[in-house]
Amino acid sequence: MKRRALLQGLGGGSAALIAGAMTGCAMPGGSAKAKVVVIGGGYAGATAAKYLRIWSNGGIDVTMVEPNPAFVSCPLSNLVVAGMKQMSDITTPYDNLTKRHGVKVVRDMVAGIDTKNKRVKLAGGSELPYDRVIVSPGIDFMYENLPGMESAAAQSQIVHAWKAGDQTATLRKQLEAMPNGGVFAIAVPPSPYRCPPGPYERASVVADYLKKNKPKSKVLVLDPHKDVVAKGKLFKAAWAEKYKGILEYRPNHKLSEVDVKGKTLKFEFSDDVKADVLNVIPGMKAGAIARNTGLANVSNRWCDVDFLTYESKVVPGVHVLGDSVAATPGMPKSGFMANQHAKTCAAAIVAMVQGQAVPDHPIFANTCYSFVDANEACHVSAVYAFDDGKKQMVKVKGSGGLSPDTNRTTAAYAEAWAVNIWADMLA
Amino acid sequence: MKFGSAAVIGMAFAAGALSMAPAQASDLQIKMWASSCASCHGTNGNAQAPMVKLAGADAKATLEALLAHKRGERNGTIMHQIAKGYTDEQLAQLADYFAAQR
Repeated sequence: MKRRALLQGLGGGSAALIAGAMTGCAMPGGSAKAKVVVIGGGYAGATAAKYLRIWSNGGIDVTMVEPNPAFVSCPLSNLVVAGMKQMSDITTPYDNLTKRHGVKVVRDMVAGIDTKNKRVKLAGGSELPYDRVIVSPGIDFMYENLPGMESAAAQSQIVHAWKAGDQTATLRKQLEAMPNGGVFAIAVPPSPYRCPPGPYERASVVADYLKKNKPKSKVLVLDPHKDVVAKGKLFKAAWAEKYKGILEYRPNHKLSEVDVKGKTLKFEFSDDVKADVLNVIPGMKAGAIARNTGLANVSNRWCDVDFLTYESKVVPGVHVLGDSVAATPGMPKSGFMANQHAKTCAAAIVAMVQGQAVPDHPIFANTCYSFVDANEACHVSAVYAFDDGKKQMVKVKGSGGLSPDTNRTTAAYAEAWAVNIWADMLA
Repeated sequence: MKFGSAAVIGMAFAAGALSMAPAQASDLQIKMWASSCASCHGTNGNAQAPMVKLAGADAKATLEALLAHKRGERNGTIMHQIAKGYTDEQLAQLADYFAAQR
């Protein structure tokens, strides 16, 4: 009788589920399975959802809320912008998270989180109770700091394409429609921003597309920084070798205003730039749901977390992963990093639920590939370990490095990495 | 569990005692370390080519390769950079972990 009741509570299932539920029963305060709600199905959210399921042997009930019907990767999306890949090449469905791992995927937006009563409120009206909630919404853009770009109309005309999906396709179409001899101007955002080498990669592969198809055209890289912030030597060498007369890099260009109608970028101290296709990537902040839940305590933009568990330092029981997390020295915002945050967090939550010690020495790697044309890429890598004194992830001395140059082998590995990480997240 | 004192114990084991159960880092900790490798080598090391499959790989061979990368003795594109981020005993624990995966 008791066993039947337990099975009914589980909804029937395998021995693995029963085993998981037994450990779940050991959790103080409840006999039901622990429930985790994951907000956002990106590099962090999808990874967290999957790993919570596999590491708990199904003992944790996981629901992931994501508005998009499928996962579209920002990494490699620059190749779609440049016409070297299609949207389908960077799109992966969420199905296997459910079919193989039992993650409930809910297609919706989160309207709010009632952290007192532990309920996630969905825009569609329903509510999801939770024991722990993971907030991994990615980034939002600070258009409020960019006169001329405040309206929805402006933002749909001059796109960022810094969240892969419709805007990736829009920017591609704009470049296809650009006449030979046209100018593509890309405004690099101020730091910290998602994917430090990303804008330079985009400029490079678009330059390759233009060189091969519209050779009289120009690429202008307008950068608020005083120099290229990531893989600088490698990018500049590639530009000198491949794009002389096509790509021009202008540092110390702080964007102050955009004249949308006149297709002109205006800067503090520097001359205006008029272009045919403008790609304005504004300054960034944590995704809205993180900020609206009071998690973004660093300059009202980023969320402080405990780096062993990714639990918010502001609101207990709420974990923040990915780009929304407040950066610490040397820790870039990237999909690869988000995937690492997620695994650290999943291990911590599984430990907490099972009454085990939270692992106290996370170590993880980061590798970032950048294409410079259709065939060549470079990389930068690092290994980080938890520093007991600083209570942060700190680069392990002597680890990591750059590729010696841009080459075809690295491009092949970049493609292989993408296939593998998407499978790691979603298969 | 303090990692510092555990590492001292670990070093005594590391020299050649590959099949010995690691006394220091917890199973969950090692699992978490190994999951970082999954970002390129697939969940549990089930990589899609050309990334090297680690699941079920011979522990001794994996460790030898990792140590060779760490010492710069092996031509690599990236593994020499990654291997240098781990202690020899952590690499041994990872090699053992992946050998047991399917």
